[in-house]
Amino acid sequence: MLREKYQKEIDDILMRYPVKRSALIPLLYLAQREQGYVTEAAMIEIAGLLTLTPPQVYETATFYTMLNLKKVGRYHIQVCKSLMCALVGSDTVVGWLKHKLGIGPGETTTDGLFTLSTVECLAACGTGPMMQINDDYYERLTEDRVDRILADLRTAGTSPLKSGPYMWPEPAAQD
Amino acid sequence: MPKHELILLKNMSAQGYSGSLADYERTGGYQALRKVLGKISPADVTTTVMKSGLRGRGGAGFPTGVKWGFLPKDHKGPRYLCCNADESEPGTFKDRQLMERDPHQLLEGIVLAGYAIGAETAYIYIRGEMVLGSRILERAIGEARDKGYIGKNILGTGVNVDVWVHRGAGAYICGEETALLESLEGKRGLPRVKPPFPATHGLYNKPTVVNNVETLANLPHILSKGFEWFAAIGSPPKSTGTRVFCVSGHIKRPGNYEVPMGVTFRELIDEHAGGMRENKPIKAFIPGGASAPFLTPDHLDVKMDFESVAAAGSMLGSGGVTVMEEGTSMVWAALRLMEFFYHESCGKCSPCREGSSWLVQTMRRIVAKQGRAEDLETLSDLCKNIAGRTVCAFGDAEVAPIMSTLKHWRPEYVTLIHEAEAANLIRPIPAGARH
Repeated sequence: MLREKYQKEIDDILMRYPVKRSALIPLLYLAQREQGYVTEAAMIEIAGLLTLTPPQVYETATFYTMLNLKKVGRYHIQVCKSLMCALVGSDTVVGWLKHKLGIGPGETTTDGLFTLSTVECLAACGTGPMMQINDDYYERLTEDRVDRILADLRTAGTSPLKSGPYMWPEPAAQD
Repeated sequence: MPKHELILLKNMSAQGYSGSLADYERTGGYQALRKVLGKISPADVTTTVMKSGLRGRGGAGFPTGVKWGFLPKDHKGPRYLCCNADESEPGTFKDRQLMERDPHQLLEGIVLAGYAIGAETAYIYIRGEMVLGSRILERAIGEARDKGYIGKNILGTGVNVDVWVHRGAGAYICGEETALLESLEGKRGLPRVKPPFPATHGLYNKPTVVNNVETLANLPHILSKGFEWFAAIGSPPKSTGTRVFCVSGHIKRPGNYEVPMGVTFRELIDEHAGGMRENKPIKAFIPGGASAPFLTPDHLDVKMDFESVAAAGSMLGSGGVTVMEEGTSMVWAALRLMEFFYHESCGKCSPCREGSSWLVQTMRRIVAKQGRAEDLETLSDLCKNIAGRTVCAFGDAEVAPIMSTLKHWRPEYVTLIHEAEAANLIRPIPAGARH
């Protein structure tokens, strides 16, 4: 249960808003962090915390693409396929990931490690093609960089190739 | 380095600038706050911003000071400031840099705007995907609060402005100001019918101002250096100041470039962004994010200010300039953007909800060389029945790529349909089945 484990965090979120319902998305994120996705039990509990009905929680949760209502792999790979990334090769990146992981968009590897998704614009158009894996952006992708990122995640659980804080072009490149 | 003066990217363009509070203070940060709070009245701050000519940098380009002036003077009870950091317009990636590399510049702007409109609470509604940006802002808010720049009784002046970060959860429409407010209230991000406007009935039905990140980041500079200084930059009287343009696509040096408004697209593309990736000629460019109609090489000498781009049949929008080289299929490009709009339609208005589906299906058919002769008429007809018939501007935005590519590159559509007919992939619909 969220309340037993995160009482202080929940209180901190609630005090930011004069109306409780505003805490809904932050609490759904909390539930997602706990389980990897938002379970039905969590939605019912959040409804209770915010004096909402479960359908009110559900109707909000289903609107937003970042709230997973189904289990995803430990690493959720989301590749931007919008025009700006497509112009610089995002289809190739998707093809390469399909080849390397043996799954298509919307699928999870059998070991439960990777879920592949294609998504719309992630506001990194100047450094496309790009993808987001869990909380991190990875930009200016090449097949080689994708290979290194996957290997890093498999072995270390994180990769130094993640980007940010964002600055492009870098000051030196501007001269 | 660029010849002109940088305003917003100045600090972060210096080697070694970390964006920390100490770094920001070293470059004169939070001096505007000391100059203004408790010394210049909120009404005078609003007047200064009005006289600077600053217009919103989020897309619509509405004069900022005028927007503030719409708030009721006699309203008792809370007012709110919302910083629109839900940057999701394809082609646009400037706010992310402004937040991640110089968060205090934005925070100082937020406190100044909060003071001007009498809001004691400000929310930064940041798009959910930008986890790093939200963490950087949270940390910066902590630093500023400890130093007395944010919170209760700021710098002992009796002014209270608290700032909170609120992460969205993945929905382009939440960049629309009323959808943003709905989302911030914990609901689906569906735009509200206007009027009433947020100025009187905004967050929690209270007077509210929604300003873009770049708009707010300009405020410390305007208030420290004066409106005359700002109003002289760019293309006065209606397009003052600089803008951070985001250049993407088939370009040698994509990225964010801050230039005075009024430079030409040619200058931005060739001089700042290094020209075309493989030196091929330009075939098309989008001047202001996915919602802006495509322009042709004939428009490269158009000045990048609000009026000139409008006169050329497009808009400066969010500042996202995407360039496409010769050889790019314009029908395919329009389809890619259409798929974005189809995915992101919030579903509130039938013309947009249903129309985006029909548009995307028709476009996919044409690109797959299964188009029919009547498809072009269907597309035009659909576009006319979507634009201007929705609660928010999303309907106009989603038809822009199709309408403009049909206008400038119609033969490409026709060729694809002819190829479909020649391949006999499509059999004519029997006469009796038509209606």
